Amino acid sequence: MKFASLVQNRKALIGLSLFGFICLLAAFPGLFASQADADTIGAFSPNLGVSTAHLLGTTSYGQDIFSQLVFGARQVLVIALVAGAFATVLSVLIGITAAYMGGIVDEILSLFTNVVLILPTFPLMIILARYAGTSNWVMIIVLVVTGWSYGANQMRAQALSLRNRDFLEAARVRGERRSYIILFEMMPTMTSLIVANFLGSALYSVLAASGLQFIGLGDKTSDSWGTMLYWADSQEALQAGNALWIIAPGLAIAVLSAAFALMNYAFDEIGNPALRPVRRKDLRKAREADADVAVRGVEHVHADAR
Amino acid sequence: MTPLLETRDLSRHFKVGGKLFSHQMLHAVDDVNLTINEREIVALVGESGSGKSTMARLLAQVYKPTTGQITFQGKDLAQLRGRKAQLKYRSDVPMVFQDPFASLNPVYKVSHGIKRGLKLHRPELSASERHEELLRVVSAVGLNPPEEIIERYPYELSGGQRQRIGFAQALAYRPKLILADEPVSMLDVSIRIGLLNVMAKMRDEEGVSILYITHDIASARYVSDRVMVMYGGHVVEAGPTESVLADPQHPYTQLLLSAVPDPRAPLEITTEAAKAEPPAVIDPQPGCRFRARCPIAIDRCAHVTPLLQIVEPEHTAACHVAAPAPVAV
Amino acid sequence: MSTPTPGDVFREESSMSTSTLPESLPESSEPRSSEPLLDVRDLRIVYDSPRGPVEACSGVNLTVRPGEFVGIVGESGCGKSTLLFGIAQLHSAPARIAGGEVLFRGKDLVSLPIKELNDLRWRNLAVVMQSAMNALNPVRTIGDQFKDAILAHEKWSQERIRERSAEVLRLVSIDPVHLDSYPHQLSGGMRQRAMIAMALLFTPDLIVMDEPTSALDVVAQRSLMVQIKELQQELGFAVVFVTHDMSLVSHFSDRLLVMYAGQVVEFGPTREVFDTPSHPYSKSLLDAFPSIRGPKVPLLGIPGDPPNLANPPEGCRFNPRCPVVKERCRSEAPELYTLAASPDVESRCLAHHPTNALDVELVSEVQSS
Repeated sequence: MKFASLVQNRKALIGLSLFGFICLLAAFPGLFASQADADTIGAFSPNLGVSTAHLLGTTSYGQDIFSQLVFGARQVLVIALVAGAFATVLSVLIGITAAYMGGIVDEILSLFTNVVLILPTFPLMIILARYAGTSNWVMIIVLVVTGWSYGANQMRAQALSLRNRDFLEAARVRGERRSYIILFEMMPTMTSLIVANFLGSALYSVLAASGLQFIGLGDKTSDSWGTMLYWADSQEALQAGNALWIIAPGLAIAVLSAAFALMNYAFDEIGNPALRPVRRKDLRKAREADADVAVRGVEHVHADAR
Repeated sequence: MTPLLETRDLSRHFKVGGKLFSHQMLHAVDDVNLTINEREIVALVGESGSGKSTMARLLAQVYKPTTGQITFQGKDLAQLRGRKAQLKYRSDVPMVFQDPFASLNPVYKVSHGIKRGLKLHRPELSASERHEELLRVVSAVGLNPPEEIIERYPYELSGGQRQRIGFAQALAYRPKLILADEPVSMLDVSIRIGLLNVMAKMRDEEGVSILYITHDIASARYVSDRVMVMYGGHVVEAGPTESVLADPQHPYTQLLLSAVPDPRAPLEITTEAAKAEPPAVIDPQPGCRFRARCPIAIDRCAHVTPLLQIVEPEHTAACHVAAPAPVAV
Repeated sequence: MSTPTPGDVFREESSMSTSTLPESLPESSEPRSSEPLLDVRDLRIVYDSPRGPVEACSGVNLTVRPGEFVGIVGESGCGKSTLLFGIAQLHSAPARIAGGEVLFRGKDLVSLPIKELNDLRWRNLAVVMQSAMNALNPVRTIGDQFKDAILAHEKWSQERIRERSAEVLRLVSIDPVHLDSYPHQLSGGMRQRAMIAMALLFTPDLIVMDEPTSALDVVAQRSLMVQIKELQQELGFAVVFVTHDMSLVSHFSDRLLVMYAGQVVEFGPTREVFDTPSHPYSKSLLDAFPSIRGPKVPLLGIPGDPPNLANPPEGCRFNPRCPVVKERCRSEAPELYTLAASPDVESRCLAHHPTNALDVELVSEVQSS
């Protein structure tokens, strides 16, 4: 996967830019806003509208919404990326091992995966959060525990289709150990699926974490966007005329999720050229070049079967 | 001269059938006696379903025999214990695969498999010696300049070149016997000769024996010293290549020969036998497995399984009509 | 010599055989009209790759008369499959037709409106693909898939559909009971024959085949080829058959077209091309086949690899691998010349230049047994 192809893909470009911008906010929040403005209750007059001093107004506690948004970015991003990473590691290990080992190992691991998969996630998350507390780390563990199973099935399916490829059999016949084959022969060929899995898990984590925080199971003292929504709701922001207090964090969550989703699509397309759309401008170029041949036809997105 | 590899009554059966407690067995290979000597190329010829690929995997120890014995350099393979002995066998008897597009891991350079093989099987070599070996084997299979080739990824090589890498991988172990499972079937006809010449060169210059598995009897003739024809899991004819091809005894061998496209020969007519398909041998009864398609089948063929009988020196065939068992006086 | 050996049974016409072919298949009888059924003129097909356009077919000329069997032979990457896709108008981006015409019954397929093209498809021009056996939908019966093909072009009654489906299956020696079978219940050879049956549903004028036998064993392959030829002689359709295996078409094609690096290098009656190949590439191809008869000779094959079409060699594209290459070949690109000695044959070699012929020996070593 070359970097050049990454940049050329429009979806990747948009997704990466959005993600990059949010990372910037998360890494250097001090450049854009101040922590004090975000946290201090009564720092400003409550429920102020948009102004140059307060780009998004203030909460009903007198905190600057924009500052909260900026400082919240780090929280959300950390949860998303860490939970996403751990969940992916689990799905990869369990899924690939099940596929490669086959037999009774596969049976047991698949059974376990499927049981976790069909457990009702949200109630489970609520129960876990209720008993384990509300710190961010608990949140991450909850997300990982409920989020790995879907990816595991995907990994297993992919690994199963690869299992009988000749190069793996060649490695077996060469005398390689099973662990080596799984880690160094099979997994490297699945990188795009693993990355896509990671992005999907991160996306899931953003939405699930925000959801949990919204219903009050997150760390209520944090600046996270979900928590903002919690306070906004508990203070009946809409009735108070402060719609921005709800819209701003909601939109931010949506934007981050979109960034992950776009990057996910882009990885799919880069990995599988058959999914790439034939851009209108390329077709026009082709037509102009053959002035003496009328190339009529519908613009299809065809898989190049050759 | 003791043979390099020998099998005795080798059989491999697979359980088939959709039902939960079905005991249907697919007889992929049955009672095969195979001998391979040093410095020789033996061709195992048959269509799909004949059992030839299963034979390759039995000899590569991918499958364990259901019954029967495989002896390599006088030792029974079933007696091989421990990782060290297993590895030694794998380095003495490596395998080359059929599909050049799937046999190399696409994320690594083409030298990856060779390097891993050298590390695993020839630990006595130092790093620089390994590199020397790498260049030597890549050059030996006709890929030059080797320094440039080893830096390429599989997608940068053609099918023929990739197959040569497959042979180079095998050669890196200093093997005694290479199991080549249809190594040229997926290559263009014009490229095949190059690979076949490489195989002959390995036999002559490196002293390696090769088990050449194929469905193309013409290429078997070109490169092999001895040939064995398989049908439905049984060996139906075996002997020196020229002898078998000049004077085929078994009706199936004759059918194979007549089906080979040869522009220099007049067209031979297809019969019903050619239209039929090779069988999937499930829970077979005794009797010749070719009888359903055989134009000269007699009553005995349906009841008694024919065994290999000698028709000429070293040339055997299993047919009640062409090579009947000697009648006891 | 009195008792026939078992081998003789396979060589004679057996009473069990349903074949009506004589010992050697004659070439098709005189064409019904001199108007070619398919006339490809100077076809150029280009792939738009990120690194620039790559010309996969450079000015290909090909004619097919009604009822004729034309074989197209070449190595992988020579453009033969691209040519086939171009003829059938099945190419898709990034491939595009950059020039030339494909005249089918007088109409240029390249510029034909989609609606008219779809009318022609399957009714007059059918396609059988490589590994067509894998083109069958695994979750639908054979009969259903035939029905789909028919309904895409005609509104026939269920009964007529069933009848015609059974008829075409019988033509390819498959029991019509298999209309209710799923693809996995048939063997590879049978599935391939089912695909050919599907192509015959409307008895087209031309069937275009891309290596239909490559996935089959040698016995099934021979059986299928004979079947195709029998059907052709019975129903009178023309065939364009693409393969990399020259000897496969040797007994069945009327004319043979040899392609190399996107260009036609030889085109003529099969027998002439085989007995006296007029291009070094054709000759090298013929010599690359090990024979099962006659003395065992060491063969060289064709050293090297086909050129990268993004950057073909200067002069004659075959010059890096040509066994009889001369200095002039590296700078002068030959055209397709008609042979003076045999006007039916065209060859792209400077040895046949009409006014300034290159002095090379192209003696064929091909011997008849």
